Amino acid sequence: MASVSVRQVRKQFGSTPILHGVDVEIADGEFVVLVGPSGCGKSTLLRMIAGLENITGGEIAIGGRVVNTVPPKDRDIAMVFQNYALYPHMTVRENMAFSMMLAKAPGDVIEREVRQAARILGLDALLDRYPRQLSGGQRQRVAMGRAIVRHPQVFLFDEPLSNLDAKLRVQMRSEIRELQQRLATTTVYVTHDQIEAMTMADQIVVMNGGRIEQAGAPLELYDRPGNVFVAGFIGSPAMNLLQGEVADGGFRCQGGAVLPLPPHAPRNVATYGIRPEHLVLAADGIEATIAIVEPTGSETQVGFRIAETPMIGAFRERIAGRPGETLRVLPDLSLVHLFGPDGRRL
Amino acid sequence: MSTATAAPAWTKVRQQPGALARLFDNKAFLIVICLLPAVGLLMTFLTYPLGLGVYLAFTDQTIGRRGIWVGFENFEFLFEDPIFWNAVFFSVFYTAIATVGKFALGLWLALLLNQHLPMKSILRAIVLLPWIVPTVLSAIAFWWIYDPQFSIISWMLIELGIRETNVDFINSPWSARWSLIWANIWRGIPFVAISLLAGLQTISPSLYEAALLDGATPWQRFRHITFPMLLPILAIVMTFSIIFTFTDFQLVYSITRGGPVNSTHLMATLAFQRGIPGGQLGEGAAIAVAMIPFLVFATLFSYFALARRKWQQGESND
Repeated sequence: MASVSVRQVRKQFGSTPILHGVDVEIADGEFVVLVGPSGCGKSTLLRMIAGLENITGGEIAIGGRVVNTVPPKDRDIAMVFQNYALYPHMTVRENMAFSMMLAKAPGDVIEREVRQAARILGLDALLDRYPRQLSGGQRQRVAMGRAIVRHPQVFLFDEPLSNLDAKLRVQMRSEIRELQQRLATTTVYVTHDQIEAMTMADQIVVMNGGRIEQAGAPLELYDRPGNVFVAGFIGSPAMNLLQGEVADGGFRCQGGAVLPLPPHAPRNVATYGIRPEHLVLAADGIEATIAIVEPTGSETQVGFRIAETPMIGAFRERIAGRPGETLRVLPDLSLVHLFGPDGRRL
Repeated sequence: MSTATAAPAWTKVRQQPGALARLFDNKAFLIVICLLPAVGLLMTFLTYPLGLGVYLAFTDQTIGRRGIWVGFENFEFLFEDPIFWNAVFFSVFYTAIATVGKFALGLWLALLLNQHLPMKSILRAIVLLPWIVPTVLSAIAFWWIYDPQFSIISWMLIELGIRETNVDFINSPWSARWSLIWANIWRGIPFVAISLLAGLQTISPSLYEAALLDGATPWQRFRHITFPMLLPILAIVMTFSIIFTFTDFQLVYSITRGGPVNSTHLMATLAFQRGIPGGQLGEGAAIAVAMIPFLVFATLFSYFALARRKWQQGESND
């Protein structure tokens, strides 16, 4: 097991900068998720930790050893690729044994390790099959098996669940998390899915445009997003982020709605954030016109307008309203997020 | 005025199709009519000449004289003919050495072109040049390159002080054989290189990255990833290459015409030599027919080597 330190790491492809000085500290045994929209540099950072991309500036250390110039095979890491990268001409057994075979491990050791990994992952019956003959979830497990037989210091996952269907994704999500907790191996996991990040991570690193927007525990990011980007990225349905200014004893949004401010709110609020689940129905609330009602069973998501300002609410109550009808809502003032003109949390 | 005709709701009148339309709806007729042009062309230009060739091999026909059926007499004669056996030997030798050469160099070139090189597309176009030049033209070029008096290679070697006399390329049997093999390799490399390059490009780069993390050296990546994944296409290309090389005619006939003293005759050139300039149509045809077992063997090789490997198959779980 090992810690991973990323210090002021920069990456350029030609003259295009991809990462602008990124710092991440990953403690031993921690499960860290790099999350962000497409093109934010999260996969590049992971590949730099793996040694598949060289490092333009800064340094990466694994277990205290700077690995900038260490070739991938000597970094003691294992990676699970988005497309699994299973060797199609090898059986499951051969796929898992490949690295040990290259390292000239004795046959009985290879067999024991493969058996053990197969047992952990429930692949015992599939050892002699080829990847072609496996389902998506099984291939995913083989890819993990290939990683765990080596007992690496660090696991790297590059969007491993994005090729699976929704149900399997939820299942594999908890399997990966469980496996990681059992093996207690430091893990870096890249995804663009914030739900994966929230459910799996010890620490989430939110990236955007080659920079880190915020790093912290999942609920910390949910409860106290440091800026507008993180506020909008974490949480589903996304937080209502309303631009406007403090006026009329409240916050006047573009579009005309006036929302109440918490007591002692600063004067320079530029963005008013309220999560859909933190809006409540109240008889003395603000009048809103329903645009769309989406029941999900456990809650009802309602798109509505206050004056001309579109917002989304998620309510525990069952709402039978039809588009055009009105309902009265209030933001829970203790859970309102206020951001200044620079987008930072006030 | 009956009420029955008083405009019931309009219904589509089901027209009885004409005889021609019914004929064209007949599946068997359609199959025959659609296949006819292709079958006709194949029969005229493939089956008939092939059949005629095989028939001639069993006659003593010469140019200008209709022959009679002689059974296996032509083959019995060839069996005793050292020149024929020499042609068989050289055909096999030529095919074997040239194929090894083409594949060694072609695979190497394909691997190089698969790297990130500057001006990659121009390089690929240049590599194709020997393939697109007409064979006779490149044969003439090689004829000059191998010329006893004006060979550019001889000239260079002498100018560089490496040799004192001109190199004998095509005037003694073994040097002529090697010279022809080299010319064939030169001409065949592009086909192999470009075909294998296409195969290489279907291999996902993430497999190499996974192998890199698994600790594979460049040789191990080639041995355990590239080669096994390239094998299916390698087998196809090799079958074609063997057939093309074994039936080669133009290069040898243009450069040496089978000489010196019949030492570089391939079966194809010998068949032509005996059949057309020599006028012994039956004997020439017999030599050509004798190539068939070799070609059948090459085709069978492809059939078995190309059989889809287990890892390429889907679903079946056995």
